[in-house]
Amino acid sequence: MTYTQLSISAVIIAIIFDLVIFRTMLLRRKVFWTSYAIIIIFQLVSNGILTGFRIVRYNGKAILGSSTPLDRAPAFLGDGRIAFAPVEDLFFGFSLVLLTLVTWVWLGGLGIQREPRSGPPHSKVAKFFD
Amino acid sequence: MAQYSYFGVLLVCLLGTAWLEFLLRTRVYRRVIRLSLAILPVLIIFSMWDSYAIAAGHWTFDTHFVTGWIAYSGIPIEEIFFFIVIPICSILTLEAVRSAKGWVVGDEGSEG
Repeated sequence: MTYTQLSISAVIIAIIFDLVIFRTMLLRRKVFWTSYAIIIIFQLVSNGILTGFRIVRYNGKAILGSSTPLDRAPAFLGDGRIAFAPVEDLFFGFSLVLLTLVTWVWLGGLGIQREPRSGPPHSKVAKFFD
Repeated sequence: MAQYSYFGVLLVCLLGTAWLEFLLRTRVYRRVIRLSLAILPVLIIFSMWDSYAIAAGHWTFDTHFVTGWIAYSGIPIEEIFFFIVIPICSILTLEAVRSAKGWVVGDEGSEG
């Protein structure tokens, strides 16, 4: 299987875990989408470093775009890439994050270290979140 | 120092989220059993994927930017840490948003 096929499959599997198997229903909650919106920004930056400096190189046969060039950075945008990284990395990241959070929330639902709960923010920063 | 580049990115991710534990009182690191249990399945599944992808040639690592230590099955040790660090950052983010906004997450239990 190509990275494209595997990464899309992983997204579908993670969604099934959330909505059907563990029924954590994170995909229907704004707490998830707000968290993911923050995470994807930092993913684009950190993954952009890993792929833009070619610390990780991709084979064009496995992705929608072409192989990471040997002599220069890949496209920043276009050729199947977003912020140097193959679009497949966004699917990979989404499934990784969703599966992690589904497991975390599912464990909490079982009562495993539900305590100590998070919050409230420290008084020094609380005013930023009112 | 270049061989620590990948580790450097992971370290920045860890340090960049650590403040949430204190200023948003996420209490994720204090729940280390739940944290470990949440990371473990992801670590296993994504390591298997990584091992397959490396064997199939989907991606390779520039030997200048990794230490060269192989965890197992061709997987650089940095990748194993990636599958631990990124879940930690993700959970810290979720708990930070919950702390700041007080929104329902779904694990509150009967009294939540």
